[in-house]
Amino acid sequence: MAVLVTLRNVTKSYVRGKQKVEVLHGVDLQIEAGEFLALMGPSGSGKTTTLNLIAGLDQPSSGEVVVGSNRIDKLSRGALADWRAHNIGFIFQFYNLLPVLTAEANVEVPLLLTNLSKAQRRQRVQTALQLVALADRAKHKPNELSGGQQQRVAIARAIVADPTLLVCDEPTGDLDRQNAEEIMNLLKALNRTQGKTIVMVTHDPRAAEYASRELHLDKGKLANEEVRHVA
Amino acid sequence: MKYFPLIWAGLWRKRTRTIFTMLSIVVAFLLFGLLQGINQGFNHVIRDLNVDRLYVSAKTNMTDGLPIAYADRIKTVPGVRALSHWTYFGGYFQDARNPLPAFATEPEGLFAVYRDLKIKPEYLEAMKKTRTGVLIGQSLADKYHWKIGDRIPVGTSIWTNKQGSNTWYFDVVGTFDTSSVGAGFPSFYINYAFFQEATALGGGIVHYYLVGVTDPAKATEVAKHIDALFANSTNETRTQTESELAQMQLKQIGDINFIVNAIVGAVLFTLLFLTANTMMQSVRERTSELAVLKTLGFSDTKVLVLVLIEALLLCLFAALAGLALAGSVFPMLKPIFGHFRMPMIVVSMGAGMALLLALVSGLPPAWRARQLNIVDALAGR
Repeated sequence: MAVLVTLRNVTKSYVRGKQKVEVLHGVDLQIEAGEFLALMGPSGSGKTTTLNLIAGLDQPSSGEVVVGSNRIDKLSRGALADWRAHNIGFIFQFYNLLPVLTAEANVEVPLLLTNLSKAQRRQRVQTALQLVALADRAKHKPNELSGGQQQRVAIARAIVADPTLLVCDEPTGDLDRQNAEEIMNLLKALNRTQGKTIVMVTHDPRAAEYASRELHLDKGKLANEEVRHVA
Repeated sequence: MKYFPLIWAGLWRKRTRTIFTMLSIVVAFLLFGLLQGINQGFNHVIRDLNVDRLYVSAKTNMTDGLPIAYADRIKTVPGVRALSHWTYFGGYFQDARNPLPAFATEPEGLFAVYRDLKIKPEYLEAMKKTRTGVLIGQSLADKYHWKIGDRIPVGTSIWTNKQGSNTWYFDVVGTFDTSSVGAGFPSFYINYAFFQEATALGGGIVHYYLVGVTDPAKATEVAKHIDALFANSTNETRTQTESELAQMQLKQIGDINFIVNAIVGAVLFTLLFLTANTMMQSVRERTSELAVLKTLGFSDTKVLVLVLIEALLLCLFAALAGLALAGSVFPMLKPIFGHFRMPMIVVSMGAGMALLLALVSGLPPAWRARQLNIVDALAGR
């Protein structure tokens, strides 16, 4: 399979107050197109930072980040925003839906950045909501939905613009076991049937089992161990 | 347009706060519309005043009066078309709380100077024949239900008559239409000749000579000529056009422009802080939501514009509502200004100020939203 994401000798450090904090120390990583990768590790190991770099939310201090054919570490803030709009779907631990919008309006938000007509946008939103089995909750606002339903709306929002790559930061971290399983099954289905490449950060070993590959980060470095799950 | 639901929803995120902020803006622009409108109304009245009339009063003070003998000399000034005079009578009907705009005058000359005052010739004729006659503006007559033939008792604290009484009796001989001159125009006229005969005091004095000029373009020239005629005399004159006179009278009640601008300035300055605070709070509360928008691909500039448009909607919508309310009040001021609507200039000025308010109050939070770092904002830092 073709490589979709490449991280070459990536380092990342932040300045917090007067202190410089080194988060990643020369990470090398490749993710193939169509892969479902789980990034695991203890708190502060650099999982979310790695995810942010892959998703173009942050820039490395040094090294290269290549997604598809783009050196995204070289892109300006504006170009990076545009690139994210077309290539990345985001799923957060706390759903991060806009509370004032209905489920369908939330799902429509990424499509506002496209040239699609209103009718086309509506069609896409309905399809996405059907895919997550929430078409009947389209007019509900987030506070009228359960945690699992909100996360499914977030997944619909992530896939509605048909991105190549889905990045998930602890997608089951705020859910009970049953809802977590439903979400993981949904992500797995998206990976299998839609061919979406998924990079997921999780603490939950049971969630990681849904991934095709599991990588561990520790103190800003990738551990040698790599677990491949059988489909 | 496709972003409108997103902006609108953001605006109503905290419904109560938005409503109260909008109400303050509505009230401020209602005040702005009313004050500026009234100001413009005064200017409008002054602008529309006739330029073919001059008012001659004592140079020292209007109340000092001028000798009635000046009339013949003023008539000789080239360019004088008609002449009359006013002497303030004042007075009240039944109760001092019902003041009357009463003046003693020479009626025929008065209606020759004020050609836009419409009166039936027979009423003017009746006035000439009835020494105790009075001509009354139609709206004043309607107010007290006076009709021709009525005898009206008028009380006065200034003019005692020769019988030693402060109550004078006048016979209504006619009415006239005042719609062309507005409600402030004197509309109760008694015969000067009768007034002179009957008053115990102040004989031979008039407060204003009213001069109709042949050519409005030469009004200033005629005014100078009249003043020159009485220069260095015991009773020097000051001759003014109608608008100069009105402006002088308005100055006596204060510089309306200054008062209006000071009030409006103070209100808008306060409003600026209120709106800026609302917008700032609103953006602060939505830090993570704005970060999500950026995550999804909204550029920094797009987020800035969204917040600015939100401020713009808040201010413009409320300001226009305030101005519309002010506009609806103006028909009620018809008795003061005549047929007068909220001037478009006030609406434009209001919209401009709302725009400025939105920009000044919306720019700091919009800039803050623009500068938002996604990673920090999502992490709650």
